[in-house]
Amino acid sequence: MTERIHAVTMPRWGMVMTEGQVSGWLANEGAEVHSGQEVVEIETTKITNVMEAAASGVLRRQVAQPGTVAPCGAIIGVIAAPDVPEAEIDAFVAEFQSRFEVSAEAHDTGPKARIVEAGAHRLNVLSLGEGGGTPIVLVHGFGGDMSSWMFNQAELAQGRIVHALDLPAHGGSSIADVSGGPRQFASAVVALLDALNIPKAHLVGHSLGGAIGLIMAGRHADRLASLTLIAPGGIGPEISVEFLRGFAAAEKRKEMKEILGLLLADPDQVSRDMVVTSLKYKRLDGVPEALQSLLASMLDGDKQKAGLREILTTTKVPAQIIWGAEDRIIPASQVRGLPAHIPVHILSNVGHMPMMEAAAEVTKLIGEHVARNGG
Amino acid sequence: MPQKTIRQALNEALKLEMRRDPRVVIMGEDVTGGAGTGVDDAWGGAFGVTKGILGEFGRSRILDTPITESAFVGAAAGAAATGLRPVAEIMFVDFMGVCLDQLMNQAAKFRYMFGGKAVTPMVLRATFGAGRRSAAQHSQALYSMFTHVPGLKVVIPSNAYDAKGLLIQAIRDDDPVIFLEHKLMYDDKADVPDGAYTVPFGEANVVREGKHATIIAIGRMVKLAEAAATSLAKQGIEVAIVDPRTTSPLDEDSIIEMAEETGRVVIVDESNPRCSVASDISSIIAEKAFDALEAPIVKVTAPHAPVPYAPSLEDVYVPSTERIEAAVLKVMGKKA
Repeated sequence: MTERIHAVTMPRWGMVMTEGQVSGWLANEGAEVHSGQEVVEIETTKITNVMEAAASGVLRRQVAQPGTVAPCGAIIGVIAAPDVPEAEIDAFVAEFQSRFEVSAEAHDTGPKARIVEAGAHRLNVLSLGEGGGTPIVLVHGFGGDMSSWMFNQAELAQGRIVHALDLPAHGGSSIADVSGGPRQFASAVVALLDALNIPKAHLVGHSLGGAIGLIMAGRHADRLASLTLIAPGGIGPEISVEFLRGFAAAEKRKEMKEILGLLLADPDQVSRDMVVTSLKYKRLDGVPEALQSLLASMLDGDKQKAGLREILTTTKVPAQIIWGAEDRIIPASQVRGLPAHIPVHILSNVGHMPMMEAAAEVTKLIGEHVARNGG
Repeated sequence: MPQKTIRQALNEALKLEMRRDPRVVIMGEDVTGGAGTGVDDAWGGAFGVTKGILGEFGRSRILDTPITESAFVGAAAGAAATGLRPVAEIMFVDFMGVCLDQLMNQAAKFRYMFGGKAVTPMVLRATFGAGRRSAAQHSQALYSMFTHVPGLKVVIPSNAYDAKGLLIQAIRDDDPVIFLEHKLMYDDKADVPDGAYTVPFGEANVVREGKHATIIAIGRMVKLAEAAATSLAKQGIEVAIVDPRTTSPLDEDSIIEMAEETGRVVIVDESNPRCSVASDISSIIAEKAFDALEAPIVKVTAPHAPVPYAPSLEDVYVPSTERIEAAVLKVMGKKA
């Protein structure tokens, strides 16, 4: 009978998540839900994300009320067929909880990132999943790190390995001279593919990561099975230097909070953890200088050095573009006039971080693009 | 990221700065940690913080001094004024009494009295705090006294990440810095990067956000406040915690901002309550955020009495998680 009853459990998003808070249910008890429907909002240390139902049926129980903090893996709700007796649901919850308490201690270690020697760089890489599918490589943006993908990576890692990396002088990678900018980073990503013995990968690049993807499409097209560009840099001149220079300069919590607010359609979503993580990164010896030299390589006055737009017309790598309609860092209007064969998805009420602000939708779009292009 | 103790974090900070800058030297009582054993660096100082430094840098960079704080703190001030960047270690902050002139009248005043032409880049590390059955002369928390003196900077880390970044910042700072380490916290662990980084002075850490009340806590009290906040969360009370990290300079902006956000403030400080950091912060909030307050500010401190030697008395002398919880309930208008 248990296949007629499904536990809704607290997800584990990213490496550092150990617990989450139920911030609100999107379906009432007794409501019919279908697989893939958004059922519950979970507040993490980064940003609030919505979780989809993994099964269809009736939401029979909201085990965790809004405001409840639960460890990853704990039962927070029950989806079951409408005719399952109440007593059976209660027994299911009780049994799940007793098993979970026993196993909780054994499961408290999440996946771990490792250092990979990639050419001149030592890159921090988190690899999830297994299987024979062409690997996916996730490349974050300026000043970011692999945690940008915390809501997407595990979901994408079905039947394949998905690697999320920290760019040189970012996250847990070694601090290096990065004055070579996006071109130097593109070489570093190719070196990483070599080091990991990956002949060909689906590349997903966000912002600066998108510019890196475009450079690779121009120079190393044979290494790319497909390209997903999320609010990519390099295809138009407009960019928020207020954000870029502000991030490079911010030293105080308040300044950083305001700057990070520019990334999201709803600035109130910026969490304490996002601010603290960014400040800790920027305090490392060498990082402020690295960011300044990186900016010098990316900017021409108050505009970005574009120059990568043509690659989208000429490359044979199948590309798609995802952009937030409310992006205040690089405007989504830059997609105008791109070749018609490139699918463009503009997401409403989303800023510069679609993979976090509309995580489920972006994961789905990446998955479909990957499936269309050889899987 | 690797987990490290406060002891390891401080040791790394010293070694990284000594490698980076040949002007950085260490002096203090038994800092090479082998006196009387016949073995060099047998335990790395009284609390093990300087372990391994003698072996790597030799006796020209780390100097064991006689038990004469008045002499070596004066020597550190003079060395700083003439080009070195000394890190002097006083085993217990209580001994500051014998070298206060060197600190208060000399080091703290050089920059001002020489019209900015002299700098005094010295760090004075010392342990502080009660809870170790060390009695009245080895248990005090004297940061309020140093905070009172213009020209001194005062740093009190509450975790291993801050300890390393604040000590590196202290060594690179051109003014005399009093750096206070709680004796009971050397084994506390946190994620600490291997490389060098700095935590700026005058920038409070918002340890936790919460909408119902704000706790401002210093040093070891941050840890107790966190335990209280976890317990209060189970009762549906969300408490914000602010750790000033440095009491001079003091991040008034963050303190006022967080006080205004909740309108209910508890200040936790294990030093004596009169003319203290707690009373200072309380007065700043009363002056600048009075209209936002929903209830009188409550201070949780030690009493105006020396630290008792009797364990039963010392245990009730130091603020506890239970007292912090009760204070939060009080500012919330609830019965404990």
